[in-house]
Amino acid sequence: MAGRGSVFWGRTEELRKTVIAGIIGFAVGAVIIFLYGYSPVTAFGALFSGAFGDLYSISESLANAVPLILTALTFAIGFRGGMFNIGAEGQLYLGALAAVTVTLFRLPSAVSFALSLIFAALAGAIWSLPVALLKATRGVHEVISTIMLNWISHFLSFYLIAKILVDPLRGEKTVSIAEGSRFALLVPGTSLSYSLIISIVLAIVIFILLWRTVIGFDIRAMGHNELAATYAGIVKWKIILFVFISGGVTAGIAGAVHVMGRPPTYAVYSGMPAINGLGFEGLAVAMIGRNHPIGIIFAALFFGGLLAGGRTMQIFAQVPLEMVRVVEGIVVLFLAIPELMRLFPFLNKLKTSNLFKARASE
Amino acid sequence: MNIDFFWGIFIGSLHAMVPITITGTGETIGESAGLFNIGLEGILLLSAMTGALGAEAGGALVGLIVGAATGFTIGLIFGLICTYFRGVQLIGGVGINLFSAGMVAFWLIHLGVPGHHAVAEESRMVDISTPYGSLSPLIFVAIALPIIVYFILFRTRLGLKIRAVGENPQAADVAGIKVNLTRLFSTAVGASLTGLAGAYISVDWIGSVTKEISAGRGFIALATVVFSGLNPLLVLLGGFIFGFFDNLAVWIATMPAVQKVVPWQFVAMAPYVVTLLIVAGVIGRVRFPAAMGIPYERE
Repeated sequence: MAGRGSVFWGRTEELRKTVIAGIIGFAVGAVIIFLYGYSPVTAFGALFSGAFGDLYSISESLANAVPLILTALTFAIGFRGGMFNIGAEGQLYLGALAAVTVTLFRLPSAVSFALSLIFAALAGAIWSLPVALLKATRGVHEVISTIMLNWISHFLSFYLIAKILVDPLRGEKTVSIAEGSRFALLVPGTSLSYSLIISIVLAIVIFILLWRTVIGFDIRAMGHNELAATYAGIVKWKIILFVFISGGVTAGIAGAVHVMGRPPTYAVYSGMPAINGLGFEGLAVAMIGRNHPIGIIFAALFFGGLLAGGRTMQIFAQVPLEMVRVVEGIVVLFLAIPELMRLFPFLNKLKTSNLFKARASE
Repeated sequence: MNIDFFWGIFIGSLHAMVPITITGTGETIGESAGLFNIGLEGILLLSAMTGALGAEAGGALVGLIVGAATGFTIGLIFGLICTYFRGVQLIGGVGINLFSAGMVAFWLIHLGVPGHHAVAEESRMVDISTPYGSLSPLIFVAIALPIIVYFILFRTRLGLKIRAVGENPQAADVAGIKVNLTRLFSTAVGASLTGLAGAYISVDWIGSVTKEISAGRGFIALATVVFSGLNPLLVLLGGFIFGFFDNLAVWIATMPAVQKVVPWQFVAMAPYVVTLLIVAGVIGRVRFPAAMGIPYERE
């Protein structure tokens, strides 16, 4: 297999495409901002300084990136296997709540810490099982089943937060994670904790899994060409099960890592304002990161920066931070086009030298 | 319990059925042509917003038209990206969802009412009142539409072209059908129906716009289309089933007797659980157009 160096070089075309899509996204965002009477220059200036301007900003951006890396991995593993796993949202809620549940048992710190992560991973994996089983046995499209399970988890979590895991002193949140089970802060005074290590380690683990093991090869083969892979003896249902369960593990840990690493409360609030949307953001991160762990880390950093900078933009330029999501959407939309480079000038006849199937071309 | 009680539930279900059925019927057209639009949720959300704005500017009917137009525009963009630009449909759809979520939230804040924007009473649709509850004219549209679309898809040449393009684009191309144009047209029309449904939610049924007003209904509609096997008549049935549970959830949650026994969260889950069970139970027999999801390239 090719060494790390050439993997990077081969990715340059994807990188260029991502950059072009990013430029288009920001350009359209700037137009919208301008049409609403704000100044794009002030807005984006605030955005970037809030994202990467100083140590505090960078720390905040990194802290935001931590769960995004993990939920992006969930989607990316699925995508590499030829599947569209968007169940991270529902799985991460349950992962976070699993971590909170472990705290309720008041075990010694180290045990509690480890068990929180383990149970979170388990919760995510269990929630992904129905999707995998339905797909393997009944051929149910995972888009439908994951969306349904996401919403079921949404309401189930509401119930758990309000009735079972509620903090007796403050009814609007769950019990906080015990002090001994929290991640220590990496940079004091910010939100960034050692949970960043977990995310990066898992990204590396997934890289090794997908590109350096047999099962990883099987997964990617199934994603490239299901017929050929099956003919070569790769069993589809095993791949389905593996892909969804590992995706569930990373998503569950995403939830746990968030609740165990986020000052000041280390708890989940009713309505889940902090973790809501992390699954879908992870989706966008995965796509912008071209479904590769390295790309995902950078894309997550970019998104984390957008979120951190978005708040600054809202304060200093009065542009609502949801504009960030608009930009994200446009970037993803343009990344859907495989031949983005050739759109400029797009009146060029698109070449059709061979049948092009709309799968991952990587 | 008397007859009024059941009529009340029935009418409530009809109201809840409308967005699912109209959206599902539109998506059936698009999927028959071969485009799987996962961005329905975003279109619903966006057109709920634009429909509300349109209604406040010019009345309920204008709101509905604006909503449909919004859907048409988004459908056009999505269609262009997925046909002529050979885009990956699932990714494009996700982009639409993100864009819409951001745009609606942005708008809500920009309008100065973070979270919830209630559409003014005089802009709302005038429903037909009956002794048992008010009926929206769109309910009749929601019932008639699947029948009309069924007729078009399976009994006319236009429908044949649409289905051919989804099933075997190469053969359709050889026969002289403009594949990408047909796909583009189908998706845009389908999306405009979704836009209509979105406007219905804000202008007629619920009467307000929030960040979550679509509540997963776009995806429910997708599920309905899937298990209907792209048959609009079954979409009508599926829409009613889902509408029944959706409405039941709201209705049960307001009954004090039930609240003691079943927490509202579990009732709220019911529509999604039911959809999942139905999809799991029925799916084995469904098949999609052979060329769905694959951009068409002329060799």
